[in-house]
Amino acid sequence: MGLDIRIPIGLMFSIFGVMITLFGIFTNSSVDMYKKSLGINMNLWMGIGMLVFGLFMLLLVKLAKKDEK
Amino acid sequence: MLHLEWIDYAIMVIYFLFVLGIGWVLKKHMKTAGAFLEAGRSMPAWVAGLAFISTNLGALEVMGMTGSGMKYGMLTTHFYWIGAIPAMIFLALFMMPFYYGSKARSVPEFLKLRYDEKTRGLNAILFAVMTILASGISMYALALLMNSVLGWDFNVSLWASAIIVLAYTYLGGLSSAIYNEVLQFFIIVIGLLPLVILALMEVGGWGGLKEHLAPIVTTMKDHHYAADTFTTTWKYTGNMQGNPLGVEWFGILFGLGFVMSFGYWCTNFLIVQRAMSAESKAAAIKVPLIGALPKMFIPFLIIVPGIAAIWLSSIHPDAFKILNLGTGHPRYDYTIIALLQYYLPTGLLGLGITALLASFMSGMAGNVSAFNTVWTYDIYQSYIRPATKDKAGDDKHYLSVGKITTIVGVLLSIAAAYIAGKFGNIMDFLQTIFAMINAPLFAVIFLGMFWKRTTGHAAFIGLLAGFLVALLHHGLTIPFGSDTMFKGGWITNMLGMDKNLYVYPVEMAQNFWTAIFAFATAVFLTVGLSFATKQQKSDEELKGLVYSLTPRVKVHVDEWYNRPVVLAIIVGVIMISLSIIFW
Repeated sequence: MGLDIRIPIGLMFSIFGVMITLFGIFTNSSVDMYKKSLGINMNLWMGIGMLVFGLFMLLLVKLAKKDEK
Repeated sequence: MLHLEWIDYAIMVIYFLFVLGIGWVLKKHMKTAGAFLEAGRSMPAWVAGLAFISTNLGALEVMGMTGSGMKYGMLTTHFYWIGAIPAMIFLALFMMPFYYGSKARSVPEFLKLRYDEKTRGLNAILFAVMTILASGISMYALALLMNSVLGWDFNVSLWASAIIVLAYTYLGGLSSAIYNEVLQFFIIVIGLLPLVILALMEVGGWGGLKEHLAPIVTTMKDHHYAADTFTTTWKYTGNMQGNPLGVEWFGILFGLGFVMSFGYWCTNFLIVQRAMSAESKAAAIKVPLIGALPKMFIPFLIIVPGIAAIWLSSIHPDAFKILNLGTGHPRYDYTIIALLQYYLPTGLLGLGITALLASFMSGMAGNVSAFNTVWTYDIYQSYIRPATKDKAGDDKHYLSVGKITTIVGVLLSIAAAYIAGKFGNIMDFLQTIFAMINAPLFAVIFLGMFWKRTTGHAAFIGLLAGFLVALLHHGLTIPFGSDTMFKGGWITNMLGMDKNLYVYPVEMAQNFWTAIFAFATAVFLTVGLSFATKQQKSDEELKGLVYSLTPRVKVHVDEWYNRPVVLAIIVGVIMISLSIIFW
């Protein structure tokens, strides 16, 4: 009904991905902060993962539009 | 108490903007009652399928199941595998063709078409009360959680979350609820994913988890569990004492796997409504099967971290203090909160909390949208203002009734939330009682779909008697060690009898048997009375509603992955494989 839900999903996770990845990069030197997550910079990894997922959703939308044409 | 930084709040705010934005975009399509209350029957199968599973993934479910992981270990997966998948396959292949094909707009309306007005009325009223209760209890839990974990004001949390849900369901109706459920599904999965990754890394994978648990499990007070009890599913279900669930294999297979799960998945309109919103009959049949695929893997996301928490809480008792372990009243439901706090750094913590908020909202919006449809069509249109000859005028009227009902539904939920705060036990009790209608309802709908002789009078009596027997059973038995009448035994007490009819080892066993008795009563009475009463409906009227009277249309589907039977076999094989792997 008038909405391809993949667009908001793709946009939202791309935004989250960029935010969390950048935050992960800026806080990379903070050992204390990542003690919780077993010394792994989880922000960086999850951020990249979300960005990839978000862009993949947007790509699907683009491919679907191409198909229609 | 959790501490959130600006980035955590930023994630939360962006999520809410998207939620409201979806409602806003859909607003212009809400021109008819059908668009608002039935999503115009236009949803692609995968969208409805993810919404189908997301509605079920409410926050109380997520929190409860992680807690159950800690309490019962891998046995909790019975609620996801045997206790869900067979019922979902059955719903898809055998029931959706009739639900969807009958053009009924709700489950109560199906009862009206197949049986009569009184059967519909009984079901509609019980369902309406049940959804408001469920929605109120979940909102109360949300506000309480935000208050105790984030330090937010109780009233502000309650009203703010209610207003957001109201805004997007008012703007976009059922479509908005469904689309948002899909968004919520992804944020719940992605937001909670780091927990299982980090938990498994810390315990050293599945093998490490088993090793760490062995000494804890074998030395549990008052029990003699085998070392791998908490990492297996069926192995120790030979008797009630051998596993923490307190139920043996027969109870799990028949009580949970058949009566409870078929009652829930195949008749609960909250769930079935998602499949009914699909764009075609073929899509509607696929909806539960598509939903079943992620359903089977959700245990790894929420139950496995709970199991890991058994060991984690023994080596870091301070980090899990919030659970009150070792006291008389442990709060297992807070396991997921403790894990979020334990593992997630600023940034991902915001995402995790947003995931929890999202799951609260998906449960609330689901209840409100289902209440809306049942109220408008099955109560208002049937008893208060029936349809007239003026179709266009009617539609406009029911659309505005639907919109007003959204507001009223949310306000009633808020009232229910405050009552839950004051009389929590009574609300839980009422919810247990109303859930008892599912098992007899399944009996009645099942007989109606597959036996053309079933009559309306028989169905009504079967439904009512099943419900009364459930009440009677609950009132005359108690779970072991219960010190409150809300858990059963209230009739015993009222009549001043000196002891209960039966004492179950655990509450779950009592619930299973309540459902089994209710189901059996409904089947026997409905079948018996169908022979004794006259069928009021002609074969022609029952076309499309009863299996033997519906002409079978052979639809050829080219792609193998779009054939329902193929999908069902895939889902079944995965479920059986998982059960064997974690036997």
